[in-house]
Parts: sequence; structure tokens; C-alpha cells
Amino acid sequence: MRIIFEKRNTISKKAIVLVPVASFLVSLFLTGILLVIFKTNPFKTYASMFMGAFGSWMNFTETLVKAIPLMLTGVGVGLAFRLRFWNIGAEGQLVFGGVAAAWVALYWSPFIPAWMVLPVAMAAGMIAGALWAGIPAVLKVALSVDETLVSLMLNYVAIMIAQGLYYGPWIDPDGFGFPGTKIFPQSAWLTRFSGRAHYGLFFAVIIGFIMWVVLNRTKWGFELKMIGRNPRAASVMGVKIGRNIIIALLVSGSISGLAGVFEVTAISHRLQQGLSMGYGYTAIIVAWMAQLNPVASLFVAVLMAGLLVGGDQVQMMMGLPAAMGLVLQGMILFPMLAGSLFTDFRLKVITRKEEAAV
Amino acid sequence: MIVLITSILAITLRAGTSLVYATIGEIYTERSGILNLGLEGMMLMGAVTSFATVYYTGSLALAVLAAMFVGMILSSIHAFLSITMRANQVVSGLSITLFGTGFASFLGQRLGPAENGKYLIGLIGEKFTPIAIPGLSGVPLIGAFFNQDLLTYITYLIIPIAWFYMYKTKNGLNLRAVGDNPQTADAMGIDVLKTRYLYTILGGMLVALGGAHLSLAYAPGWTENITGGRGWIVIALVIFSMWNPSRAIWGALLFGGINAVQFRLQASGTDIPASFLNMLPYLATIIALVVMTWIEKYNKKIGAPGALATSYMRGEK
Repeated sequence: MRIIFEKRNTISKKAIVLVPVASFLVSLFLTGILLVIFKTNPFKTYASMFMGAFGSWMNFTETLVKAIPLMLTGVGVGLAFRLRFWNIGAEGQLVFGGVAAAWVALYWSPFIPAWMVLPVAMAAGMIAGALWAGIPAVLKVALSVDETLVSLMLNYVAIMIAQGLYYGPWIDPDGFGFPGTKIFPQSAWLTRFSGRAHYGLFFAVIIGFIMWVVLNRTKWGFELKMIGRNPRAASVMGVKIGRNIIIALLVSGSISGLAGVFEVTAISHRLQQGLSMGYGYTAIIVAWMAQLNPVASLFVAVLMAGLLVGGDQVQMMMGLPAAMGLVLQGMILFPMLAGSLFTDFRLKVITRKEEAAV
Repeated sequence: MIVLITSILAITLRAGTSLVYATIGEIYTERSGILNLGLEGMMLMGAVTSFATVYYTGSLALAVLAAMFVGMILSSIHAFLSITMRANQVVSGLSITLFGTGFASFLGQRLGPAENGKYLIGLIGEKFTPIAIPGLSGVPLIGAFFNQDLLTYITYLIIPIAWFYMYKTKNGLNLRAVGDNPQTADAMGIDVLKTRYLYTILGGMLVALGGAHLSLAYAPGWTENITGGRGWIVIALVIFSMWNPSRAIWGALLFGGINAVQFRLQASGTDIPASFLNMLPYLATIIALVVMTWIEKYNKKIGAPGALATSYMRGEK
């Protein structure tokens, strides 16, 4: 008798839900062991994290503040991952989107009607994000340059460009040398509905649902699925792979760019240090844990945002490093990846009799 | 002028050392067919553990061992996920980086002494200092090679050894066979999975050692994100060196050189904005990558392992 892995014909529906949930629990358990090593009570820590993130409406609005960029970048990254295009440049796309929005808010707003400032800033940010994601996409399609590295390197470039601007030509002349631009005019402020939580939330949720419909109910979505599963077969069926990759990446980048627009127009109201908070990297965890499903990404984003806010909370309450939230997030993918074996394969026990029959 | 060039060359070698260790480590890993994108996380973990070790024990040898131990643990996770569990290697590597980055930051705020608020940042510990080799260190230009720290001297040995092992020994031949065509290697009686485990872990140990050089010699101490993307640059350097350990030196020199020039210009107070100078290594990586891919496209002989980033199971095509 021996045990083998047999490839499933269809992906297991049960495993799709069970594996992420189990992974989250395993991550809590492993991090708990770590906490015990550092002489901290894991139950108290988790309780304090949970209360910090979801314990009151005010705390929950802070979780939403972090969830909005994670939702958008998670949906954006997930779209690229579907094509097995490893776009890890959401961070740079977000930053570049923020830079473009700041440009509109600071230098265009005197010349356009007040009601148009935000829409134009959003459009500019989406174009900037699309451009930033388009570079690795075009290099990949035209020359098959490795997209992981190009998209990652462009993160650093975008961050340096932003720094160069708010330390240099865009610096606030009345800011006493503080690195940051002037405060945007009011017309470029995105309204907050409660605490710092802003209407970007509705855009994020709507985009998540639209993306689900596009992926599951349209011909284009079907083509993307085919490319992700088997590019050679897709190509034989007449699907234009290169063109689809570029279009998908432009969409992916523009969604991440929009996250950057919201960060500057709703949260900081200026371009300054701290626009790059690592959302673009956490987006990878969001997308993978949501199994690349855009609607699921919305919920996972709230959970991951909760870990970040909870991490800040335990720093204040218990003196634990805020990086606690990052450790928990980082731990989730390990069991997730190990578990993916069970969504694609099933364990099969072969008895000696069966083996003889084969 | 000669003095200036010698000093830039010396900084170049110092800046390139961590890159050499990590590049050779990743070349061995990728040659076995496993792509490990976890370098950034492993280098950060190597840097933080080695600095914490040297701070408390004062022993540089223990610090180096601690980094290699951590590299071993993290790369075993990657090996287990991508070899045994046959997970997607890109995502597995990314998760090593995400975890390593978060955990290194956590440790940096937790392992320090109570009087420093448990922070490691801002502390001073033992470090590898340059050892001038009498007679040679004074020679113009060449002298730059002989006024380095111990870890840099070791790279002068590791590069030829790594090359010799890969191309002139039976083990090296087996390693390349496994990475190029695991089916054939298996048929030849080589244990594919064991070979892949071995070199993924060996590679991880070297990568973490590269991280240790940062916190023990190049920029002694611990700062958040001390690697500044070097783990990613190394992945490009592996392509740049066409998976050949003897060429690892060129990429490392080029990128170490960019660091050194940057350092020099900033010290001399240039008009070029700092953020533009800081952008250079990343832009150069993209350009190097495009050029190498271009060469590969028109001149097929670049040496990428045939089965890179694919999992292997006997009896499956």
C-alpha cells in the first residue's frame, strides 16, 4: 500500500474556502509560538489586536483606511497574477498614481473648474499607474524580459521620483524645509464619511465587483483565464496573448494607481514621505489568499488591514513591535502554498491489489 | 587621480562583497532548477541575526554562523514548499521575502537591550575591519584588493572554488543535469529531489552570509531595510552572470561600483539630486536585464537552466 497524489480534474470547491481559513489559523498558531518565545501572552496579544482593529467604530474606520488601498492593489495584482504575470510593482504603481494626482491638485487646479479637479486627478493617477505597469508588460511581451524584476525595480524608481519631487521642485516654500508639498486646495480633497474613512471605499468595492463580472461573465475574462491556464492552447485557439497581457496590465496598474490617488487626496492631502507604506507588497498576500478572486480580495483586504491596525495597537498597548502584523501576514502564505497542493491534487491510497491491476 | 580611483575601487569591492555571496548562492540554487525569490528576506534576516549575535557575544565567527543557520532555515522552507509540496516557486519565494522583511523588522525592535527600548537600531558591535596586507596594500590600484575585510578576502577564494565545483566535478555535473533536464538526470540515477534540496539550502546559507556582510562590515549595525533591494538586484545579477559563478564578480563589481560612485559624489556635495543618484542601481538593473535578455534572444547560449522554476515528479511530463 502506498499514498500518491492524484491530479484533480476540477479544482476542489471545498479546499478553495478551507485552505485560506486553515492557513490563517496556522499563521496565528505559529506566530503564537513565537510570542511565547518572546515571553508574551499570545491570547492577550491577539485579543488586543482584534479590539484595536474591530473593537469600536472609530477603530474600524482606521482599518477601512488601510483596507481601501489593499482592496485596490489586491484586485490589481490579482488580475495580473491570473495571467501568471508576476507584477510585484503595485507599490510603485500606487506611488506614481499618487504623484500624478498631486501634480493635478497642485498645478492644474487653478485652471479647471473645482468639480473637475478630483475626476481629473483620478484619471491622471490611473494613467500614471497604467504607464508604470505597462513598462514591464511591454518589455515582457516584446523581449520576454523577466517581469518580476522590472516591476520590482520600478517600485524603487517611483519612490525616488516622488522623493526627488517633494524634496526638490515641489517642496512647500512655506514648509520650513519639511519634505512635502503644499497642502492641496480643498477642491482636491476626497470627502471622508467617518473618521478618516473616505469614499474611495465605494470605488474599491465597485471595482472589485466589476472585475468579478468581467473575469467570469465576459469573453475577455474567459480569454484571460485560458492564457493563465495554458498559454500554448490559448494561442492555438487564436487568443492574442501579448495584446491581452498588455491590456490586462494597463488595467491592473491603473487600479493600483487609483489607490495612490486616494492616499494623497483623502488621507495626507499632500505628497509627502510615507506614501509608500508597503500596501503593494501586502497586496500579493491579499490576492493569493483570495485565490485571485476580486470579490474575495475585498474581504481579505479588510482582514489584512485589521492585522496592520492591530499591529499598531499592540505597539501602543503592549510595547510589542508594530511589525507584529507583518509577521502574521508573512506567515499566512506558507500554509497557503502547502495547502494549494490539496486544491489541485487529492491524496489517494493505493492498495497492493489496485497496483497490480494497473 | 590614481589615489581616487584606488579608493573608489576599494569601496566597490566592499560594496560588492554581499552581492558576490548572494549571487553565487542563488546561481547554485537556480542551477538545480529552483528559483528562489526570497533573497531580500533572507539577506535581511541574515543581517539582523548576525548583528544581534555579535552584539551579545562579541564573536564575529558566531555571528556569521548564526546568519548561515537562519539562511538554512528559510531556504529549507522554500525547498519544502517548492520541491515537496510543489507550490508555485515565484509565490513561495515572494512569501519568504515578505515574511523575512516583516520578521527582521520585528526582531530589530525586539532583540535589543532593555535600555535601548529593545531596539537594535543605533547600537554598535564588533565588526570586520579592513586588514591591510603588507607590501601589497600600498600598490596603486592593485592595493584596493589587498586592504579589505576578511569576508571580502574569502570571496576571492569562493569564486574560483564555486566555478571549479560546478564545471569540473562530478557533483557539479549532476547539479547542472538536474536543473537542465530532471527526467534524464533521474534516469541516470541522480536523486533529483535530494540534489534540489541540497543546493537550495546551500544557496540560502550563502545568501544570508551576504546579508551578514552588510551588518558586520559594509554598514556595521542594524537599520531597517539595510539591504535596500540588494536581494532583488542579485536575482538580476544571476542572469547577468549567465548562471556562471566565475562571472558573478563582474555584476557585483558593476553594482558595487555604482554604489561607490554614488557614495563619492554625495560626499563631495554634487548638484545632482540625491534621489536621482539613489535611483541608479535600480535603473541599471532594468537596463542590464533588458540587454541580457536581448542577447539571449539572438544568441541562445546564455545558460539558463532548462527546468528552472518547474517542479518535478517522477512519471509526470
